[in-house]
Order: sequence, then structure tokens, then C-alpha cells
Amino acid sequence: MINIMEVAETNKMVEQENLDVRTITMGISLLDCAGPDLSDVCDRIYRKITSYAKDLVSTGEEIAREIGVPIVNKRISITPISLVGAACCHTPDDYVQICRTLEKAALRVGVNFIGGYSAVVSKGMTPSDELLIRSIPKALSCTEHICSSVNVGSTKTGINMDAVRLMGQIVKETAELTKDTDSSGCTRLVVLCNAPDDNPFMAGAFLGVTEPDAVINVGVSGPGVVKYALESVRGESFEVLCETIKKTAFKITRVGQLVAQEAARRLGVPFGIIDLSLAPTPAIGDSVADILEEIGVEKAGAPGTTAALALLNDQVKKGGVMASSYVGGLSGAFIPVSEDQGMINAAAAGALTIEKLEAMTCVCSVGLDMIAIPGDTKASTISGIIADEAALGMVNQKTTAARLIPVVGKTVGDHAEFGGLMGHAPIMPVNRFGCEDFINRRGRIPAPLHSFKN
Amino acid sequence: MKKCIITVVGKDTVGIIAKVCTYLADARINILDISQTILSGYFNMMMIVDVSDSVKSFDTVVSELEEVGDSIGVKIKCQREEIFDSMHRI
Repeated sequence: MINIMEVAETNKMVEQENLDVRTITMGISLLDCAGPDLSDVCDRIYRKITSYAKDLVSTGEEIAREIGVPIVNKRISITPISLVGAACCHTPDDYVQICRTLEKAALRVGVNFIGGYSAVVSKGMTPSDELLIRSIPKALSCTEHICSSVNVGSTKTGINMDAVRLMGQIVKETAELTKDTDSSGCTRLVVLCNAPDDNPFMAGAFLGVTEPDAVINVGVSGPGVVKYALESVRGESFEVLCETIKKTAFKITRVGQLVAQEAARRLGVPFGIIDLSLAPTPAIGDSVADILEEIGVEKAGAPGTTAALALLNDQVKKGGVMASSYVGGLSGAFIPVSEDQGMINAAAAGALTIEKLEAMTCVCSVGLDMIAIPGDTKASTISGIIADEAALGMVNQKTTAARLIPVVGKTVGDHAEFGGLMGHAPIMPVNRFGCEDFINRRGRIPAPLHSFKN
Repeated sequence: MKKCIITVVGKDTVGIIAKVCTYLADARINILDISQTILSGYFNMMMIVDVSDSVKSFDTVVSELEEVGDSIGVKIKCQREEIFDSMHRI
């Protein structure tokens, strides 16, 4: 039987260490909403989302009350819209109309984001993919609850450099159209390589075509819990350190597993995966950077940071895998700058640079995330950073991403405010040397060799 | 049987258990086990209860227990047992 110490431990995690379930994300396939008439397609999309997800938010709140653990976000991921709109969208504005429909559906069911205003173009772009991509700046500027992603490469296909070049311009245009709010449109736009089909986390969530009609995916969190657990093993060996992280990750993930199974049962939708993540928030004590500092680096970004992060990421997976029946999504520690107070402090103190973050993305979940850069950064430079990140993912057979925010009118020394979970960030300097000639080449980077590993 | 865990944390005072038990009896909630200890100077009590015959909804029990706690200056939580089982048992 459960004992009082175990109960007290669980409740301490929630009350003092920011334990929460970060998101219940319902995946909804919109493939059967496609058709030749735009307004019919919009009607079908609205009806399907609002019927499947009508009880998503209330069910999430109900479960949170019963188990006493907050479930921070209830979200929806959908089939990449470039596929759904391919037959009925003939201009970027047609896609924007679908985006407005999605916004209406998000408001109706009360979710905080719908992800999947997306295109998967890792090898080539169809005309409809390109129309969708060109519609992104306007679509994001006229909505608040829609997230967009573009997958520009994979280990199997190589990197679509035409898409990379285009995305540099799209990021710039999105920044310009949302300049009144510190270019916040870019916080909902991510460029991925090796994007998973079952990711519950924004901004990169979409429901891939390999997925069922509807599915429940859950993202867990809990950097604060890991940090507090590590405080009790200061100065101990790596063995003790790793065991502590593993045990803590197991406990955190079990909460996610319980929530996922309950949500799936109550909503009558199959359970998909748990995303084993350490997802920070700007709240004090909910930071991945704080864990790295607890492990022993003075500030995130100091020498040793990449190794500490690699260790952390691996132990989180090892502990979490056993706690869940199905694992997927991005699974790993997130290192967004603006959403993590420790990372914000490290960037402001000059300990953390984009180049160091790039190295860190080789050993953890995702990539260059929520990084504010000077508004006058060239589109080709942004494309260059995206290409670098995609290359890391392609070669290392992992998901990588770039979510960069060129904040219009601001430069190094300034600070950008995105609000809420998106947080705030100092503008980080970008290497001033250019890469136009590289980015202006046409075509794609071939897939890497899968043998002769070194 | 539908088990829940009730926890009471706060400054020790006369009548905490009496108040909580009276409330549970009125709601027809059966107590299966009680344990208590002092953790970091605070009174900690845990009850395992069976709510299958409860005359009140889970939500009502949660909020009314909170009110009982407020009236005697302690924090009372009621959660389903599964959360603790999941986290602490393989």
C-alpha cells in the first residue's frame, strides 16, 4: 500500500517543484476533409475538429482535478494543411482562409494551439506546398492560436535547399507582419528536419499521414523536479547523478502515462505516445538551464555544458522509456531560450551563444529554439542557420529545428517580449559573415551515407 | 472499490482528525487507513478512503474538504489513488 512519504513526495513535486503535464494533444486527421471546393473543405475541417475535440479541454481539467497534477495545455495537431488544401487552394490567400477556419475551431473548443499549418517538403515541393509556405506570414499574422511548421529535410532524403532558401524569406516576412508584437508570429513558426509524425509539442506538432483518424499524445515536463532531486546528490559520482535523473524521469513520465490513458479512455480516442520531455517554462524553478548548473557548469553555455546536456537527455530517456507503454514525439530535454529563465540569464550574461546552442542541439531534443536575433539579419543568413541545423539532424538521424525570431527594430542589447509561455529573450548576436552564394544554389543536398560511421 | 488519498498538511492543532472524519462520515466515505507523521515540522496526515458509496460527487468532496481545511488552518487535498500508484509502483 502507498505510504505517507510517497504521497508527500508526489505532492511536494506539484506544489514546490512545478511538476505538471505539459500538454494533452489530440491528433486529428483532416485527410477526409479534402475536396475541390474551398468553403466545403473549411466547413468539414471546422466540423471535424469541433466534434472530435469538443470535450478535450473539459476532460483535461477533470483529470487534473482528480489526480491533483496540473495539465497546462490542451492542444490539437492536424494533418499538414498543404495536403488537405492541395485540391482547393489556388492562391496563398485560399490557404489563409483555411487558417482562419482553424483559428475559429481553436477558439470554439478552447485549446491554446492548433499545430499543423504545415508542409512536409524534405525532398521537393508541390505547387500546393509552396502556396502554403508563401501564405504562412499572412496566416500567422491574422491568427493567434495556429502553429506552423515546415519540414525541409530528413536523413533519408537529404535537405531541400530550395525550401531552406524560401523559409529564410518567410521567417523575415512573418517577423515584419507581426512587428508590433516583437515579431511574435515567428514564435509559432518552426523549420524542422526529420520531423516526427506524432509530436505533441508546439510549434512543430502535426499529425502525419501514418497516424490514425484521431489519437491522444501527451507531453510531460518537470525540469524543476529533476533540479530539486539533484540538489540532494551534490558532489556525488556520475553513477549517482545518472541514477537520480533516471528515477526522477521515471516518476514524471508515469504521471504522463496515467493522464494519457485516462484521457484516451474518457475521450474514446486511442492513446498514441508519451513524449519524454523536460519542457521548461519562464517560471522560476522550471528551467533546464538550472539543471545543467546543478550538474556543475557555472552557467548554461560554459565548457562542459554539451556533455552535461547529453548525459541529462540520455538519462531522461532511459528513465522514461520504462515508465510508458509507447514513446515517441521529440522525447528529450528542450532548450528554448526565451521559455527558460536560466537560459535567458545565461544568454544575457554572454555565457550562451548561438554557436554553443547549435552544439547543444546535437545531443538533445530539437534545436535552435525561441532565439531572438537582430531584426536586420539577412534572409540568407537565417536560411544558413536553418541549413546548419538541418544538416545536424540529417547526419545524426535525429529531429532538429530552428525557431528564430528576427525582432524587427531591435538589435543586440535589446530585449524582446513574447508573453505567456513564449516568454522573453535578449537579442542574441548572429555571425556577421554572409552565406548568400551558398544559399542561392538551387536544388537539394543529397542524403548522407548510412555506413562508414565516424 | 474506488480509492482516494486524502492528505492534510499544516500546523498541528486540536480536532483535525475529528473534523475530517465527521465530514467523511456525513458524506458516507469509508476510511480504510490513516497514518500521520511530522515532516519538516509540519503535521502530515494521510487517509486512504473508499468513495464508492459517497453521496457527494468527487468535485464536491474536493472543494468541501478544502473549506474544512481553511476553517482549521490546514491544507487538505483529495486525489485519486492512481496517481501515487503510478508514480511509486512499477
